[in-house]
Amino acid sequence: MIAEFGLAALWLAAALAGLQLLGGFAGLRPGGERLAALVRPAAVLQALLCALAFVALLWLFARTDLSVALVAKNSHSMKPLIFKLSGAWGNHEGSMLLWVSVMALAGGLIALIERRLPERTMLATLGAQAFVGLGFYAFLLVSSNPFERLPQPPAEGLGLNPLLQDIGLAMHPPTLYFGYVGLSVAFSFAVGALLTRQVTPEFAKVMRPWILGAWIFLTLGITAGSYWAYYELGWGGWWFWDPVENASLMPWLAATALLHSASVLAARDALRTWTILLGVVAFSMSMVGTFLVRSGILTSVHAFAVDPERGAFILALLAIYIGGALVLFTLRAGTIAEGERFAMLSREGALVVNNVALSAILGIVLLGTLYPLLTEAFDVRVSVGPPYFNPVGAIFFLPMLVVLAIGPLLRWRRDSFERVQKPVVAIAVVALAVLAGVHFIAGVALLPLLGMALAAAVAVGSVMPLAGRSLRRLPLAVWGMVIAHFGVAVALFGMAADTAFQQERLVAARVGETITDGPWTITLAAVEPVAGPNWTALEARLEASYKGGEVQLARPQARSFWTPPQETSEVALLTRWNGQLYAALGGEAEGERWQLRLWWKPFVTWIWYGGILIGLGGLLALIGRVASDLRRRSARAQIAVRRGEVAA
Amino acid sequence: MSALKPKHQRLVLVVVAMVALIAAALLATWALRNQASYFYVPSDIAADPPPPGQAIRLGGMVEEGSFRTRADGVTIDFVVGDGEARVPVTFSGIVPDLFVEGSGVVAEGSMRGDGTFVATNLLAKHDETYMPRELEDMDAAARREVVAETE
Repeated sequence: MIAEFGLAALWLAAALAGLQLLGGFAGLRPGGERLAALVRPAAVLQALLCALAFVALLWLFARTDLSVALVAKNSHSMKPLIFKLSGAWGNHEGSMLLWVSVMALAGGLIALIERRLPERTMLATLGAQAFVGLGFYAFLLVSSNPFERLPQPPAEGLGLNPLLQDIGLAMHPPTLYFGYVGLSVAFSFAVGALLTRQVTPEFAKVMRPWILGAWIFLTLGITAGSYWAYYELGWGGWWFWDPVENASLMPWLAATALLHSASVLAARDALRTWTILLGVVAFSMSMVGTFLVRSGILTSVHAFAVDPERGAFILALLAIYIGGALVLFTLRAGTIAEGERFAMLSREGALVVNNVALSAILGIVLLGTLYPLLTEAFDVRVSVGPPYFNPVGAIFFLPMLVVLAIGPLLRWRRDSFERVQKPVVAIAVVALAVLAGVHFIAGVALLPLLGMALAAAVAVGSVMPLAGRSLRRLPLAVWGMVIAHFGVAVALFGMAADTAFQQERLVAARVGETITDGPWTITLAAVEPVAGPNWTALEARLEASYKGGEVQLARPQARSFWTPPQETSEVALLTRWNGQLYAALGGEAEGERWQLRLWWKPFVTWIWYGGILIGLGGLLALIGRVASDLRRRSARAQIAVRRGEVAA
Repeated sequence: MSALKPKHQRLVLVVVAMVALIAAALLATWALRNQASYFYVPSDIAADPPPPGQAIRLGGMVEEGSFRTRADGVTIDFVVGDGEARVPVTFSGIVPDLFVEGSGVVAEGSMRGDGTFVATNLLAKHDETYMPRELEDMDAAARREVVAETE
């Protein structure tokens, strides 16, 4: 019953999306008011129905209803409840339902609360949102029905991939999906504004919380994904330029550019068409990312889903939405009046550099990710990795960091070299001092060296906007900017320091043997079998001491799961403020020895601390923006009430 | 700097953005041609060996009886073949769990001057749904072997 109920709710929601699309576009023509009046109720009702469908799926997974194909394929009655629930979206069909549900909820929320934009723009926006939604409903209902029943329910489910039985990973896809879907809202706003030619600062202010929200989720999702790959894969790396990682990085790059150009539009009424274009590109990148991951077209270390037919469906959706939006943009861009002008040496100028550099990096990542697909058409098989992405990306990333350090110090509209001379010199001195110091003391490779110097420059530059201002009265949005930029410096320092200074030991050790790795001395005390709820493992007991200090215990495991049968390596991490000891246990070697792979990774954790700071900065900015919107709204309401009293 | 004629500002910005993006695209294309690592099977290497040191990926079957572990306990030697040619491979590190003789493997690394492939990373079929893409294109016999080995 529950499955049929969920499916019915989904079909109804799709029908309402159709109604919302019709109403939205009827509203753009004279005489369409009656249909247009249905748009907002349709959006809200659609959100409720989608939420019900998703709850129905959660319910089926919680009860392990094996008559439903998806549950039988992805769940198991013996799994802990949290992983039963996360199993609902840890697969293709469920994750697409999650996507559609979040999108419908976002549409419903806009329909309920957003009153600032002209009604016609709102109708066009909600119509566009429904148009995008319909494609995904079709995909879900036609080729990926999550509620399909099995004629013969099996006695037991096939389990969930043990690599996915991890709380961090369970939360990872939804986090990214919230980001992708938030960008779909920005996309709809951009299309709505193009249709009615209403590109105003007010439009940017309405769009901004959605971009910020999406960007926060993407930032945290990428940070978490990087940490997951780091401790789960057991290879000691934190970014592999894997297509699946790139699939989340590309929307983030576009969203970061969009966030900054929307700020220019909101504050200064400049960069109108550019902001619209980025709005289109950001969601396009989300769909490209989904296509890459969901179609299985790129096989990679993370690829869990392989299904070319679905890939063809998503490819068609991509062509319709991206192509359609770009055609609309080309037709309308010329008719949007040019915004306010500015001098190149100004906050706007710096943000233009930021936008151009981010777009260039986006192009480089996109080309590198798609290149293996292009060459395969000519029967040449290649893979593209760090030797391409690192240096080529750095050519644009490093200058962008210089501008990031200085940009926030510049005034809007026009500034002079004389005014910013002192702080710029101070930043340059710090950067050069770090450069020289690291070079002469440690002698590291060029990229990490520049990375450390620029991290110092960005750290100093990012806090300078606080100088001479009352910290208590500083708007939250400015705090957000400062913290996010400081987070960039922290993460960058972590990346550079780990790359430059990590020390690896690969040994086959007997029990009782002592190994040194950088400042650590590590003794292999024992190797013992241990068992968990659905796995058995060999566990090494390592007694590790940092510079002869207190002994800490690290227990890396080589685990064997049995449903489905699979082996994984569970690394052990010892975390200090200045880095991590990373230990992985391999197999047994001749002569009763055990393979151990040990890394001392200085400051590696700063990468993820930095990511969290960036997300936190975004959150503060979001709270600040929303709070000031609400204040303005209540002030306006009071004025309206007073006017009413006067009139009475 | 600020002396730009305001009339042309939009045009200037468009040109700046276009130049940067085209530069990025050209740079990327050039770098891709040089930095992409190509996929080889042993008979490709026999026919046209890649220059030593260049990053490539080598795919094939691990030959039965070729697997040796050196005295240090962490360096292994084995032979990858495709039925026509054979390439000796050496690797230091923790071997993937499903890496076994007679099974398919993709190794990342480069050729040494003496004709040995030095692997920096081994990708074996590491869970039930993941298979290195290159192995999917192997001939039917080789694939049957892989499937028989891992099922």
